[in-house]
Amino acid sequence: MNRNSEQLAWLIRRHGIEMTHRSGGSHIGAIMSVADVVAVLYADVMKYDPKNPQWEGRDRFILSKGHAGASIYAALAEEGFFPVEELKTHYANGSRLSGHVSHHVPGVDFSTGSLGHGLSAACGMAYAARKDRKDDHRVFVVLGDGECNEGSVWEAALFANHFRLNNLIAIVDHNRMQSLDFNENTIELEDFGAKWKAFGWNVIEVNGNCHSELKSAFAKAEELRSAEPHKPTVIIADTVKGCGVTYMQNDILWHYRFPHDGWEYDEAVTEMHKNIPAGVVDPYTPDGIAEPTRHTDADDIGNDHTFTKTWNTTYPETMRRVEAAPGSDEEVREIGGAAK
Amino acid sequence: MRDTFVRTLTELAKEDPKIELVTGDLGFGVLKPFWETCPDQFTNAGIAEQNMTTVAAGMALEGKTVFTYSIGNFPTLRCLEQIRNDCAYHEANVKVVCVGGGFVYGSLGMSHQATEDIAILRALPNVIVMAPADLVEAEECTKALARTKGTAYLRLGRGGEKRIHERIDNFEIGKAIRVYEGERIAIFSTGAIFEEVTAAYEQLKEMGYNPCVYTFPTVKPIDREVIEKIAGEFELIVTCEEHNIVGGFGGAVAEVMAESAGRKARLLRIGLNDEYSVRVGNQKYLRQQYGMDATAITERIVREVSKDEQR
Repeated sequence: MNRNSEQLAWLIRRHGIEMTHRSGGSHIGAIMSVADVVAVLYADVMKYDPKNPQWEGRDRFILSKGHAGASIYAALAEEGFFPVEELKTHYANGSRLSGHVSHHVPGVDFSTGSLGHGLSAACGMAYAARKDRKDDHRVFVVLGDGECNEGSVWEAALFANHFRLNNLIAIVDHNRMQSLDFNENTIELEDFGAKWKAFGWNVIEVNGNCHSELKSAFAKAEELRSAEPHKPTVIIADTVKGCGVTYMQNDILWHYRFPHDGWEYDEAVTEMHKNIPAGVVDPYTPDGIAEPTRHTDADDIGNDHTFTKTWNTTYPETMRRVEAAPGSDEEVREIGGAAK
Repeated sequence: MRDTFVRTLTELAKEDPKIELVTGDLGFGVLKPFWETCPDQFTNAGIAEQNMTTVAAGMALEGKTVFTYSIGNFPTLRCLEQIRNDCAYHEANVKVVCVGGGFVYGSLGMSHQATEDIAILRALPNVIVMAPADLVEAEECTKALARTKGTAYLRLGRGGEKRIHERIDNFEIGKAIRVYEGERIAIFSTGAIFEEVTAAYEQLKEMGYNPCVYTFPTVKPIDREVIEKIAGEFELIVTCEEHNIVGGFGGAVAEVMAESAGRKARLLRIGLNDEYSVRVGNQKYLRQQYGMDATAITERIVREVSKDEQR
């Protein structure tokens, strides 16, 4: 509610840590990588009315990578769609807040959880709006990069171009990791931007953890709507998985693992408190943690948990093509390439 | 039957601009009356059924009544999860239409034969499942679905089906239709196999039997009332479907009968006996080969009844 995007992003991350910590829920890495995209959308870009979630003139929003649902729940609660207190019920018996996004929650237009559905649903919404000559709203959809393994994403990409859905804006949270490893060690995606371009889309590539770049990207997307009115637009948001908590960054362990009691929770919260924006109060640990437990050398931190690290296949082609130091925000580099 | 569907939908769409028809690049020579009459309400989504189905869900959530159209297993099994998560779970107003239920595409082979679709779609909550028996039922089903909110599956034959019902009064989703009164033996059928059932009925009459016959244009929700009533009064219920006997129409009837307190009747399910159709031939031939043409239906019923008489 009248928060700027930096404040909202911090709160999304803090809620994400707390929700997965309490619930034992997965996907904190994805929640952290997409937090800035979600925050900029809700703070600066999208039209909506928390008092009237079904408002006809609202921008539609679909989180196609539904496993990062906590990020949306946090944003919606912070924007007043339902009480922030309810976030504590994430995953709990009797809660509305399932791990993957549910349309039974006010402010959610579409349930997701199975990958590869959201872009098609967004196409349907955008297409219906075009048919009805409704120019008052746009349709936003956030996809994962691993999700783009799904063939149906590319069916939808063809459709959006063919039907000239320039009221559709897709954002790919390009954190370069999926369930077991980096994208490029799983199913090669690059040249990712070129693929979208070849499918007829406007492509904007930005640092997806940088709010000024994201805001420029959304402004550019608006410009392109009139400059290239026949094209849908994709913003490829280059992000770091686990962004905001150093030990989680670029470590596939944190796709599924949740911050446990002890050093995992304490170090995450403590690091976040170093970067708390002015005007934000941490709803869980307002003063931080007085004496945080720290990790020791015996703890599993900074290790490479990708499957290709140990996967010594007899197949002659090597499957391990990229790497990045776990616990860092360095960009993915080819094996043997220099760290940036 | 598909022409009846298209003609009926075209008439409805002229009156209701919310109706949309989306095809997965099929319907050459069939859908033309629709796209010529209502071009703004027609979309070819290409050969991409997963996307087609979820696009339909998205359109439906924006207020449209969307009919998706394809053949065989393409609009159903190919995109089952899209029907489940995106249409049915959201109670989206999407009507999935399949042309070619059963052996319609006979010689094209197993890939094109829809013989498990009823069972699979029936297992999805929030999905109405309909399989009209003839042209009259096809028209009534189409009209009823267009005015009913929510997700549904409409399983059609192709061409060449006849008008068997003269007319249907008070057609309702979920209601079976009595075609002939009779005693001891009741034949229930769903879908276009009804033409074989009517021929079998004639044969049985000539042999001195007097079965009653019902069609079930709706498989889900199933007409419990009729099943329970007949199960209490008759000795044998025979279900006929151009579909696997597992989980489909016969399965739906069996579920109701098993739970029916005053049940007297036993059940004979006629359909594809839990196998894929591997033989090559037209629909008529395949019905013969797999024991669901009129003669086979008659023989199965006579054999079943004579078991009784030997007891």
